[in-house]
Amino acid sequence: MSTITPPAIAAESTDATAAQSPAHLRRLENEAIHIMREVVASFEKPVMLYSIGKDSSVMLHLALKAFYPATPPFPFLHVDTTWKFREMITFRDAAMAKRGLDLIVHTNEEGLRQGINPLTSGSSVHTDVMKTQALKQALDHHRFDAAFGGARRDEEKSRAKERIFSFRSADHGWDPRAQRPELWRLFNTRVERGQSIRVFPLSNWTEVDIWQYIAAEGIEIVPLYLAARRPVIEREGTLLMVDDERLTLRPGEVVEQRQVRFRTLGCYPLTGAVESDATTLEAVVAETVGVRTSERHGRLIDADEAASMERKKREGYF
Amino acid sequence: MAPVDDGRGDDGREGAGRGHDGRSDDANKADAAEAMATRELLRFLTCGSVDDGKSTLIGRLLYDSKLIFEDQIAQLAADSAKYGTVGDDIDLALLVDGLAAEREQGITIDVAYRYFATAQRAFMVADAPGHEQYTSNMATAASTVDCAVILVDATKGLLPQTKRHSHICARFGIRHVVLAVNKIDLVGFDETTFATIVDAYAAFAEGLGFHDVTAIPLSARHGDNVTLPSARMPWWKGPTLLARLETLTVTDTADAVPLRFPVQWVNRPDAGFRGYAGTLASGAIACGDEVMVFPAARQTKIAQIITADGAPPRARAGEAVTLVLEDDVDVARGDVIASPSARPIVSDQFAAHVLWMGSTPLLPGRTYHMRIGMHWTSAMVTALKHKVDIETGQPLAARKLDVNEIGLCNLSTPTNIVFDAFADNPHTGSFILVDRGTNATIAAGMIDFELRRASNIFMEALAVDKAARASIKQQRPCIVWFTGLSGSGKSTIARLVEMKLFKRGQHTYMLDGDNLRHGLNRDLGFTQADRVENIRRVGEVAKLFVDAGQIAICSFISPFRAERQMVRDIVDAGEFVEVFVDTPLDECIKRDPKGLYAKALKGEIKNFTGIDSPYEAPARADMRIDTVDVSADAAADQVIAWLEANGHIA
Ligand SMILES: Nc1nc2c(ncn2[C@@H]2O[C@H](COP(=O)(O)OP(=O)(O)O)[C@@H](O)[C@H]2O)c(=O)[nH]1
Repeated sequence: MSTITPPAIAAESTDATAAQSPAHLRRLENEAIHIMREVVASFEKPVMLYSIGKDSSVMLHLALKAFYPATPPFPFLHVDTTWKFREMITFRDAAMAKRGLDLIVHTNEEGLRQGINPLTSGSSVHTDVMKTQALKQALDHHRFDAAFGGARRDEEKSRAKERIFSFRSADHGWDPRAQRPELWRLFNTRVERGQSIRVFPLSNWTEVDIWQYIAAEGIEIVPLYLAARRPVIEREGTLLMVDDERLTLRPGEVVEQRQVRFRTLGCYPLTGAVESDATTLEAVVAETVGVRTSERHGRLIDADEAASMERKKREGYF
Repeated sequence: MAPVDDGRGDDGREGAGRGHDGRSDDANKADAAEAMATRELLRFLTCGSVDDGKSTLIGRLLYDSKLIFEDQIAQLAADSAKYGTVGDDIDLALLVDGLAAEREQGITIDVAYRYFATAQRAFMVADAPGHEQYTSNMATAASTVDCAVILVDATKGLLPQTKRHSHICARFGIRHVVLAVNKIDLVGFDETTFATIVDAYAAFAEGLGFHDVTAIPLSARHGDNVTLPSARMPWWKGPTLLARLETLTVTDTADAVPLRFPVQWVNRPDAGFRGYAGTLASGAIACGDEVMVFPAARQTKIAQIITADGAPPRARAGEAVTLVLEDDVDVARGDVIASPSARPIVSDQFAAHVLWMGSTPLLPGRTYHMRIGMHWTSAMVTALKHKVDIETGQPLAARKLDVNEIGLCNLSTPTNIVFDAFADNPHTGSFILVDRGTNATIAAGMIDFELRRASNIFMEALAVDKAARASIKQQRPCIVWFTGLSGSGKSTIARLVEMKLFKRGQHTYMLDGDNLRHGLNRDLGFTQADRVENIRRVGEVAKLFVDAGQIAICSFISPFRAERQMVRDIVDAGEFVEVFVDTPLDECIKRDPKGLYAKALKGEIKNFTGIDSPYEAPARADMRIDTVDVSADAAADQVIAWLEANGHIA
């Protein structure tokens, strides 16, 4: 059998940085790779959801590792609401092109025609139509039977009980009582026709783990995660970045240049910035260790009651 | 933020904590980041009876580790007012009670995973529920952790749940236990109460095989001995709970036991490369090592170990790598690459303890999907030896296993599988069973030993036999034999039974005088000899139906014990179910639906049972049915209930 001369992938990763990864990150990395391989071995048509955020960057990095020296044997799917930060789209296209990966971009055209947008339709309608419905459309259209997502159990209380392999009915519903027990590493991957699964290889990671791993492995992320002077306005107590002319100012609002960064990335009018001097990854890690609000705090869709995420999930929101 | 009554600050404990505790202090942050670079991950579960304080304890750990964010505290204060159980205080339990439904019921119903970290370690907590019917969630948590924190309420002492959970922990291979004696505040921080509970637990846990048990007196609600030492228990010289978890050394057997590498995925990007991707279940591997691929037992060598970070000379348990083999042997997902000097067992028959999680019971004779390692196959439960009393660990006789019960079974697979005993290697000795209809995970299994049998069993296992046919019909076939006087109601009840079984999706066939005497038995009359021959033929036909996996329902007067015994003897034990429809003769004569008794009494019919020919009532029928006081429908229900109770149908 012929052998190969590694390493060929992961331009960002070198032997040296890998060796420095803490033991607990190694354990999480091995677990995530194991899960990804399990899906590829068990399903006919998997897809990896790629939202361009830091978790997606980690997922992509792990996928490159899991199937090396092959490229990941599945396409990447970005559900584009057309309201992402411009820097995200630039980053996405570069990340995919550089590695020759297969990217599918899906937008809910029907929603666009109806003029759904985060500014006037409200965050929950926008999220439902342009994200939840759009995702279902894309999964149905391509008949994907397994979709990787980057969600973590530490993000939100109702996610703490989410399984790694999460089963969805044919209409993408999630029933918290009908989830399968996950024993040892023996995942039950059997589904009926029409049913699908969402798989969360980062289930056991925390926000701090993600940042540490990004730092240790030298993973590229969208620069918006690092502090820089950016044009922002303050609206309802949240700092919003004015990313293009669609964000029209309300009376009294002024655009200021402030030193800010983002803890999560989504649609720019729905994503709050935090003031920060963390211009390097190391500084971000240090800030995250000491942070006093949860990551989802900056996401406006969660601003209602605690059970909201669970309800969204039942309806098919990732 | 609302105050939490934990005495913080008035006993000088503030700041006595850990390195990462200074949020405003940049130096501390840098230290924390530094320390994290080398720390390990400890996964543990918490369990105990409902209300022992698990949720509060986890909330306390997260709260004291400063892992609760300001927005979550605000949410918590709002929730405490709405759902809380501790008056005006913040109810820490609400931090960890996730789903809306269970929150409304006020109980934890599923396993929830939480994460927190200190400078020494990163932790994952699996919060296993205490409610009795959720044993399977508890087992699920137990299968993925390194250590168990078992809570005991100091005011109550050891409860049945404490024992059940300890047994499950032990059975699922947990070696390290912390006995958290909670609510010590409610017993006045009393040392003797603590000592009594510890002694009782020590006595109980003796035979369970734990590597170590550390008992700690604490108050989850007030924070004593959870993350900070308590000033209120000067007698306690031991560690806090957190200190114990930070320093616990996990004796993972995975490094020590021989190499097992279940092949997960064959990596073939092009014709020039073929690698076997997977995670080392146990042991270590190095380039150049001699290995064997099982079940075929082909010998080869490791040519290369590949990861995206380079080609390391060796890899160890837990690492996800890709192996290149020296020879061009045929290897597929599910095969196991293992050490040739310490080989795994290759067999198609084994005994295993099974924790049943299915809503319909485990029945011997059934076939399920089985996953072991990376291999999917099917497995038939060939015998249920006994079930285990989860409180005492003692065996109990059983014909089936219900949800949350553990039993010892024999299983057989259609082809050889590769495994080790769970006690030797939990990674290769564990399996799951999956329902073939619903795809639900219905059992967690731990293999005890291989069953050595004559090699001809192997052939038999491959054949389509009675058990195989029965298994796809999801029933244990049998002959339900109705005996009784003419006019007793046998046939009416028998037909109702068949209809009810059919409605439940069971496979049945009814044999009675009508469909046999018109065909197969057309040549027979009613002489003594012909009656015997009639029953003999009916018996043989019924036996064929049983062999075909059916439930054969027979309704014959069959007045003689000897004939009924003859039928009983030609089928296997338990397959002949005798139902005595015990209607008194007077009642039959009164009913006389076909006017036969009238004729017989006038002498127009000879050899009529009950009139001029005897009826030998069964001495030990499996069921006796009284038709005077019970309707035919109710009688049929009795028969169905019996079949269910005896494991013929689910
Ligand atoms: N006094 C006292 N009460 C406690 C302690 N720990 C928990 N509790 C109370 O016991 C009740 C049950 O606690 P909970 O955490 O919900 O129990 P779980 O069912 O095991 O999760 C709640 O009212 C808690 O406030 C403790 O250490 N001391």
